[in-house]
Amino acid sequence: MSRIDVNKTYKLFIGGTFPRSESGRVYEVKAANKKFLANPALASRKDLRDAVVAAKSAQAGWASATAFNRGQILYRIAEMMQGRADQFTEEIVALEGVTNKVAKLQIEEAIDTWVWYSGWCDKLSTYAGSQNQVAGPFYNFTTPEPLGVVAIFAESKPSLLGAVRTLAPVMAGGNTAVLIASENFPLPAITLGEVLSTSDVPAGVVNILSGKTSELYPWIGSHMEIDGVDVAGLSKRQEDELKLVGADNLKRISRFSTANHPERILSFMEQKTIWHPIGI
Amino acid sequence: MMFDGSQASLRKFLSDLPPVDQVGADARAAMLATRSIKTSSKAWAIDMAISMVDLTTLEGADTPGKVKSLCAKAVRPDPTDLTVPSVGAICVYNDMVKTARAELDLIGGKSIPVAAVATAFPSGRASIEVKKLDTQNAVDAGANEIDMVIDRGAFLSGKLIQVFEEIQIIKHICGDKAHLKVILETGELVTYDNVRKASFLAMLAGADFIKTSTGKVAPAATAPVVLVMLEAVRDYFTMTGKKIGVKPAGGIRTTKDAIKQLVLVNETAGDQWLTPDLFRIGASALLNDLLMQRMKLRTGHYASANYVTID
Repeated sequence: MSRIDVNKTYKLFIGGTFPRSESGRVYEVKAANKKFLANPALASRKDLRDAVVAAKSAQAGWASATAFNRGQILYRIAEMMQGRADQFTEEIVALEGVTNKVAKLQIEEAIDTWVWYSGWCDKLSTYAGSQNQVAGPFYNFTTPEPLGVVAIFAESKPSLLGAVRTLAPVMAGGNTAVLIASENFPLPAITLGEVLSTSDVPAGVVNILSGKTSELYPWIGSHMEIDGVDVAGLSKRQEDELKLVGADNLKRISRFSTANHPERILSFMEQKTIWHPIGI
Repeated sequence: MMFDGSQASLRKFLSDLPPVDQVGADARAAMLATRSIKTSSKAWAIDMAISMVDLTTLEGADTPGKVKSLCAKAVRPDPTDLTVPSVGAICVYNDMVKTARAELDLIGGKSIPVAAVATAFPSGRASIEVKKLDTQNAVDAGANEIDMVIDRGAFLSGKLIQVFEEIQIIKHICGDKAHLKVILETGELVTYDNVRKASFLAMLAGADFIKTSTGKVAPAATAPVVLVMLEAVRDYFTMTGKKIGVKPAGGIRTTKDAIKQLVLVNETAGDQWLTPDLFRIGASALLNDLLMQRMKLRTGHYASANYVTID
């Protein structure tokens, strides 16, 4: 007897839950062979607003978790991704039209990226902080502190690695994130939400939206509550427009090379300097 | 109306009240909550809600400094935008009334009333002598409104006359110096029937306002409870021609919640009740969200909590 397929509904990831778009919209994602693949949610600006509210309310808790604990959670994400490798392989092969072997390499690199950034969490203040010499009876320390809420436009390809290498450094520094999945290659980034929700990541620390980049980026630029943006998935023209509206609220807007580097973490951090009298 | 002031007629009146259709009330409140209020209506609703806020601080840790900064916020909720209306009132504990009144008068808030919670707020567990003195103190200190709690223990054990007389005594102390708001603490009354009964009891005893909750008990101002109270107020108006105000308090934190309340008012008691004289919202965190939504409407982009005060 033939069995009816049970297909996955690709939904948003906001505040630890998986809602559909409040607008009720979906859009079509095609496989590399031009065949229909899935109907993920088409996020509206109100979904973005809800995601930022969730990210903002989770930020203080995530930033005040010990750096060691954040590192453990990032490592846990790597462990959980390993268990879902087959699902990611299937999605990457269908979307990008690559071989199983290439897809597996991408997944391994993504998992290794989590491990790499997890190690950085409790070393940041040693690496980027300092004890400063001052002319007076004071200790003077400088330590990096998270910026707040960071929006991320994930790269299109590689679809999974592109999302992970932008997300991991933002989380490592103690920021919370609103990740906009690539418009044409969103499925692995959406599935990443399912990994995060089972990895002890507190609700709201990462929020994932799928939809039309062109519809969302002007609202991200003008949103007063978003403190930084990684524009990896935007075109140069979109990036310039984002900078124009983002200037009003002093948003920090960055684009990085694809390599893993601690500067990716520190770009979304502020340096805090503390004076403390000696002998007290 | 069948109530002539005697104890027998009060008992008869309250026991003859028709029961509330609980499922119907829940469904009606849920349906009204789906109304979509946008653009110019939303702008109107936000300003109306701001002018209805009873800006409240009822903490053990309240200091004169905190009360003063709250007064400044009551007069000018957004110092960068002079088109924002002042709030409906300041609501504080008894001993802070003098501070609040003096500060408001000093900074141009003469027209903003000060409400004091009284009668052994929030539990109401004290002797009537203590409750009388509590109220008298607040009135003497210059409170324009008294938010009293009813004795829920007495109400739940059927001593309706005792509750009725307590409200009358407090009303007498308020005299014409202060408005009387009667807090039913609906979260402890358990059923909608009790809410309806307590609402009528309070109105018959002389309440100027009926208020849902102290804010110290959950659930507080849920939509169906406010609906039942608004229906009671409407029916009381039909019976007597007197308009009694309603004040939901507790759990109303977002602009959406506040607008839902306004829809309930409009659709139940009617638009005559859409004034700070007859409808107030007891809140503290709500005001910041209203201000942020107002900024969003004015500037066109989403606002940040960094641009409103931390209270």
